[in-house]
Parts: sequence; structure tokens; C-alpha cells
Amino acid sequence: MTVHIGDEELLDRLERGAFGYFIEEMNPRTGLVSDTSREDSPASIATVGFALASYPVSVERGWLARDDAAARTLTTLRFFQGSKQGSDPDSMGNGGFYYHFLDLESGRRVWQCEVSPIDTTLFIAGALTAGAYFDGDAAAEVEIRRLARDLYERIDWEWARHGKTTVAQGWKPEAGFLHYGWEGYSEATLLYVLGLASPTHPLPPASYAGWTSTYQWERIYGEDLLYAGPMFIHQFSHAWIDFRRIRDPFMREKGSDYFENSGRAVDVQREYARRDPNGYGYGPDCWGLSAGAGPGFQTLHVGGRKRRFFEYVARGVPFGPDDGTIAPAAALASLPFRADAALSAVRHYIELYPEWADTWQLPSGFNRTAPGADSRGWVSTGTVGLDQGIILLMIENYRSGMIWELMRRASPIGSGLRRAGFRGGWL
Amino acid sequence: MTAWARTAADGRLPYHLLIIGAGPSGLAAAMAAARHGARVALVERALFGGTCLSAGCVPSKTLIRTSRLYREMRDAEQFGGRTPDGISVSFPDVMKRVRNIRSRLSLQVSAERLTTMGIDVIVGEARFAGPDSVLVNGDVVRFKRALVATGARPRRLPVPGLEEAGYLTYEDVFDLTDCPKRLLVIGGGPVGCELAQAFARLGSRVAIVQDEPMFLVNEERDAAQLLSDALARDGIEIHLDTQTTRVHVEGKGTIAELVNSGNRSTVAVDRILVGVGTTPNVHGLDLEAAGVAYDDAGISIDDFLRTSNPRIYAAGDVCGETKFPHIESAAGRIVAANALFRGRQRLSRETIPWCTFTDPEIAHVGMYVTEARRRSIPVMTFTVLMHEVDRAVIDGEEDGFVKVHVRQGTGEILGATVVASHAGDLINEISLAMCAGLDLMTLAKVNQPYPTQSQAIRMAAGAYAASRRHPIRAWLTKKWLSL
Repeated sequence: MTVHIGDEELLDRLERGAFGYFIEEMNPRTGLVSDTSREDSPASIATVGFALASYPVSVERGWLARDDAAARTLTTLRFFQGSKQGSDPDSMGNGGFYYHFLDLESGRRVWQCEVSPIDTTLFIAGALTAGAYFDGDAAAEVEIRRLARDLYERIDWEWARHGKTTVAQGWKPEAGFLHYGWEGYSEATLLYVLGLASPTHPLPPASYAGWTSTYQWERIYGEDLLYAGPMFIHQFSHAWIDFRRIRDPFMREKGSDYFENSGRAVDVQREYARRDPNGYGYGPDCWGLSAGAGPGFQTLHVGGRKRRFFEYVARGVPFGPDDGTIAPAAALASLPFRADAALSAVRHYIELYPEWADTWQLPSGFNRTAPGADSRGWVSTGTVGLDQGIILLMIENYRSGMIWELMRRASPIGSGLRRAGFRGGWL
Repeated sequence: MTAWARTAADGRLPYHLLIIGAGPSGLAAAMAAARHGARVALVERALFGGTCLSAGCVPSKTLIRTSRLYREMRDAEQFGGRTPDGISVSFPDVMKRVRNIRSRLSLQVSAERLTTMGIDVIVGEARFAGPDSVLVNGDVVRFKRALVATGARPRRLPVPGLEEAGYLTYEDVFDLTDCPKRLLVIGGGPVGCELAQAFARLGSRVAIVQDEPMFLVNEERDAAQLLSDALARDGIEIHLDTQTTRVHVEGKGTIAELVNSGNRSTVAVDRILVGVGTTPNVHGLDLEAAGVAYDDAGISIDDFLRTSNPRIYAAGDVCGETKFPHIESAAGRIVAANALFRGRQRLSRETIPWCTFTDPEIAHVGMYVTEARRRSIPVMTFTVLMHEVDRAVIDGEEDGFVKVHVRQGTGEILGATVVASHAGDLINEISLAMCAGLDLMTLAKVNQPYPTQSQAIRMAAGAYAASRRHPIRAWLTKKWLSL
């Protein structure tokens, strides 16, 4: 099957399909959104952040009425505002941050997970998006702005640094701070930008310098880039920040910017797929190693070769891990950076799996080497909120730049970027 | 012993250089000093060759070689071969080879051979009697300069129940007569990773616990990632960012309790191997009598390897330095030059590569990127994946990379990391270039036989050369060719 629709129509269906996830998986009482569409999935606070950012898009695209979107937003923000904070395990978070996974009904911590600064960052970015969009005088919109600001300002970024240079990757009531921080290039640019801009508990500029101190600028397959293996790292902060032509000291030194860097990461991903060193059947239109579901931890003999497969892990290029699993969101969410590559990949996926066009919600992963329901190999069950969120926001940024524009004019993004040393472009 | 007795008896001829400890540093210093005709005494209380020969590199690499053979047998089908039926490991035979190799190599540093080189060999415990003398076997031996190279011993791990349950270290693991069915390795440094992989390939069910989020904490993150993948491929159960909190015996086995970010679990094993570093051998030497400053981290030295007593030098593990025998040998040679000829050689000026001999091997020389950035040096890294290298593809050894770090805008090589099946050999080309002050452009001009895995380095250099091609020159070339 060939996807016989134009690019704009294709993107509209995919974006609408992704938005459907947030309608289907949101708990109407709490505003929390399931981590995945699988049964018994808890909520993920990062997915809630993507949901909050998706509601303004849905209004502009005519999928939700403005008051409906505002009501959903308000439900969510009120639930977080009313949540218990503190160091006892019954709390929903600590230091203004929240546990990574929450019970969808009660908001209580599940799976003994950590209070997560990065997932809180994605949540608060969504809240700030809502605060920037709902700029009317209606009581609901006024309250949205107030709650978004309050939730942001109560985050104690300094607490998460716990006396060190960089922000800890988490905190647990049983173990305290996880003993490693956000260092080295990752999806945490947004974390530092929001932390630096805080009017109440800001991170010091030295924390950003500490974070970038382990950056590696490499030439791989002929491309010069700030290296990070999994594709999502090159995408998540870009969902909210327009990095085009703005540069921090590191990028000034290298004569590049983070937006172009993500484009080069796509080029490296595609070149790796073209070379396909492990013989998984990749190609220029079958690429995208990132965090995502997998066939499960197992070792099998497939086609005369011993193959190890993984569960949900962050797969990366070119150093691995690589078990043959492609994350479709990795390609589609690269749309702003390399549109042709993203579109040709997603058309290829839908040709391979035409049933995906039933819902236009792409699964977390597929693996043509691992055994599955038919000869096309393994496909993950259900869908993942983070995938749908990044797909939706990056399609919208590609089509209209809406989220970037919102965050430019009415959020702490500009102030945080300046404190991190960014200059040029729209700044 | 004859020479020793004569020198001690007359008491008027202090040794130019007296060395305590016949490990790599001590031997290198003794041989270098003897070559210059100095009066040299070498005091050793146990085994000549030090830990490297008896319980370090030599036995471990021998074990690794055999374990790699078994891995290759099991993977024969990937090379178009047939996996032999009923592969079985005879552990006693494996260990017999370890002992044979150890015996053979020990001949090179035997007391007899050292004596023929003009070194007075003294077997016994030495302790300082003053700033210029030691007491050995009840006799006072005087020196003009001395070197303390007493090495280190395995660091003890304060885990409740561990002492009672018993555990192996690098000192006694090579005395095993049976391969443990289930082995827990505590420590994800070079020793832990190498032995975990070797025992897994020899048939043990191995779990490894590392209290950091990655193995080999000093190495590049990508190298550690590839190592994790490799260990997992060998069937090793990996527990990163995990502490061992308690050990107890249960029936015929041992239970280790683990905690990872508050999550508790247990692992049942037959033996435990602890490889969490070393403790310098500073006690029992009466260093105070010689005015040599030290603490639990080792003897304090300057860049010339001098202690707080300018007559006395220290080198190797006793100083708490990086623990690789070739670094110790380099330090020993520097001590000989500095002590005998008032030399000003600095250890920090040496170009010293090192390697962890897992499969793939992980080798490094020079600066890491983080270190360069800390010094505000702009860095550019040229990376070649081993799957880009024809010979690595031919050999089925595609896991790994070569990364060469240069000062941005120049070809000055700051450092390199190699992850490859033979990384320990490949790194030498970079080390040579750094030692000789050659830049990466020069390496781009070196012709190499085809196909070899060292072409990865040539390819990295080629990428650098391409990056330096001036646009005007490229334009002129294009014009010329279009004529």
C-alpha cells in the first residue's frame, strides 16, 4: 500500500491521531494522563505535560472548544496545586517536584519510583504553555495563568541540586538523592533553562556550565555534532524551545546551534541505518533508534544468528544499544529538522504496517527481526504517551511554530536561555 | 646474598640506590640503575615481579585468553564454522596453563638473573632505621637514595557478613581449583570486569555489582556502554548503581543482599570475588623514622616522585597512583634517572596509555574530553566506528570505535580512546604520535597494509585531513580538474 495522500493531509491525520491519545487516556477527575494505553498503566507526569501543551493546539486546530480545553487544563493544574508535597512516601512529590509515575486516580506514587526533576520539567513546560496560551479574561483562564505560575515558582531547583553543581536525576524517600546528576548532553536543556529562570529558587549559571562540561563534539560518519545516541535527546527540549540560530558558549565555539545539531543527528541516524552494521534490515527510510518499548529481554537464534532483545530502553546510534527495534516517533518528531527524511520514513512505516492508519497513532516500537504475530516481526502493544506528545508538538512546530512562539513571548524561556549564555537569533 | 653480605659488612659503601619492593617499579628502577653501574640493592619480602606477575596482569590475561577461546568456539557458526559438540571446560587444565605461563615469565625476573645484572638481591622485610638507612633481617643497610615500591593489597569492603562468608580477591582467585558455578563479582573496575567476563565464558553464572551508574568510571561513557553490552552478551547479570549491603551463608551457598536506589534484591552465589581497588602497603616500613609523609591513600610524592625526604622516592601502587604495571615501570625508570643523576624528569610528562582487557578491550591515552574542557581547551573528536573498518568486519570484531581528540582547529592530539578487540595494540600508534609530537595530519600520511584494524586510526586521521581542506583550495582543485 502506498500512502496516497499529500504531506499536509498525512501530517494532519498523524497529529490528530496523536491528540486522540490525550483525550482517550486522561482521567477526567484528576487530569492525569496514562503513561501508556495498556491496561493498568499509571500516569506519567511528563505525559501530563505533553497533554497540557496539546490542548492549545487542539483549540487552534478545531478539535476542542476553547472552554473545554481550558476546563481540562484547569482540572489538571488544580489537582497538582492541591497535591501533598513532602518527604514522606504518601506525598505526590517533594521540593515542588513530582514522582515520575502516579496512580491515575489518587495521584499517589507507584512502583517505588523517584521524584523526577526531568519529568517535572516536562510537566511544568506544559503548564507554562497553557499559561501562555490562555490569556483571556475569563475566570478559568485567569486561574490557569495563576496556577501555572504558582506551580513553577514553588519548584525548588536548588533543593534538587543538593549542594552539587548539577541537578540530581532523582530523589527517593528510601534512598535520598540518586547519586548521579544531569551531566552530558541529554534532553535536560529545558530543565536547566527553566531552573535558571526561576524567580524563587533559581539554579546558578555554574550549574549549566557544569552540565555542558562533559559535552563531546564529534565527527561521526562525516557529520560534526554534539553527540547523544538516542534520538529523543535531540528532540524533547526542542518541543518547547526554538533553538534556531541561538547559541550558548559551547555552540558559539563550534559554530553551530542545537537545532542544526539535531538535524545532523538525523543524518547520523540515517547513515547508521544505511550501513546497518548488525543486519537488522534498516535503510534510509527505516531508521530511528531512541527510547522505546522492545520485544522483551531475551536471547534468540534468528536466521542463524544469536540475537539479544531488550525491553523499554534508550537505544542509540552509533554506539548502541541496538537490538533491531525502531521507534517510529524518532523519525516523525524529527520533522522540523529534516522534513524529507521524516516524511519518507513515516510513509515507509505505514506501507509496512497499513493498519497503523486505522488510528494514526504510531506504536512505541517495531522490530522486523524479533518474532511477532506475523512475518513482519514484533510490534509493541498499545501506544505510549510520550511518543504521542512529542509527535504532536513537533508536527505542530513544523506546521505553524505555535508552541515555539507561545514559549518565546510569555514564559521564562527567554530569561533562562540568556542566563545560560545563549545569544543571537530571536533572543 | 653474597653481594649483599659483603656490602652490609663493610658499612662504608652505601648503596647509590636501595629499592624496597620487586614489583614493576622496583625492577625497572633496579635494572636502569644497574645498567648505569650504580650500586643497587633490591629488597623483596615475597615474590619477584610483584602482583603483576603473581596475581595481576599475567595470570588474568592468561585466563582471559582461554576464556576467549571458549567464546569463539561457541560463536563458531557466526564465522561459517560449526560449534563443536559438547563443549566442556576443564578448569584444572585452564589453571595449569596459568601457572605454567606465570612460571615461565617469572624466570625473567628471578633473583639469579637480577644478580647477574649487578643487582644485590636481598630477601627479607625492610624497615627504615633513619633518613638514610634501613634495617633488613637485623642488619643496617645504608643508602644515598632509596625507592619505596612496596605496592598495594586488595582493599577490604566493609560489608556485614562478608568476612564470615569468605571472599576471593585478585590475590587468591588464581589459586582456585574449581570454577565456581555461581560467582558474584563486587566492583566494576578493570579487575572486576575482566574477571567477570572470563569466568562467565569459562562456565560460571556470573553477577556483577557496581556502585556507580556505569562500569570503568574513569572511561568515556560510550566505552562503558559498549562494555555493558558485551558483558550482557556473555550472559552476565549486571547490577549498576547498586550497593552490596549484607552477605550471609545459607546452606551451601551465599546470599548477597543488594540495594539499588532504595530497591532491595538478593543474589545467591557460591563464591564472591571482590575487586574494589587497593590499599597502599605503607605500614610496617617505619616511614616515620625516615621522615616520609604518608596517609591511608599512600605515600605523598611530587611530580619528580620524591617523598617528603628528598633522598627517598616512591613509585607505583604505594602512592595510590593509577594501577597499571607499565606506568609503574615508567615511574621506576624516572626514579633511577632522578635519584642517580639529579634528573628532573616528571611523571606527568610521560605519554602513558592504558588498557582494560575485556572483550572488546578498552584503551586510552592522554586527556579525556572532560579534562580538556575543564582546562578550557576546545576539543574536536574524530570518531571511526569499527564497523567502518574492513578488517574488523572480516574478523567479526565490529564492536567498538576509535576516538581521537585534537585541539580544535589544529592537529595536536590531546588523547584517544579505542574500544576494539585489540585496542591495547591499536592505541600504541596514537601513543607513539603523542610521544614524538606528531600531529594527526602526519598520521594521515602514514601508509598501512590492507586490511588491518589499525586502519581505523588512519581513517580518523583522514577525516581530520578532510576537515582541514581549505574551501579556496577545494575550489581551485575543482577548477583545475575541469580544465
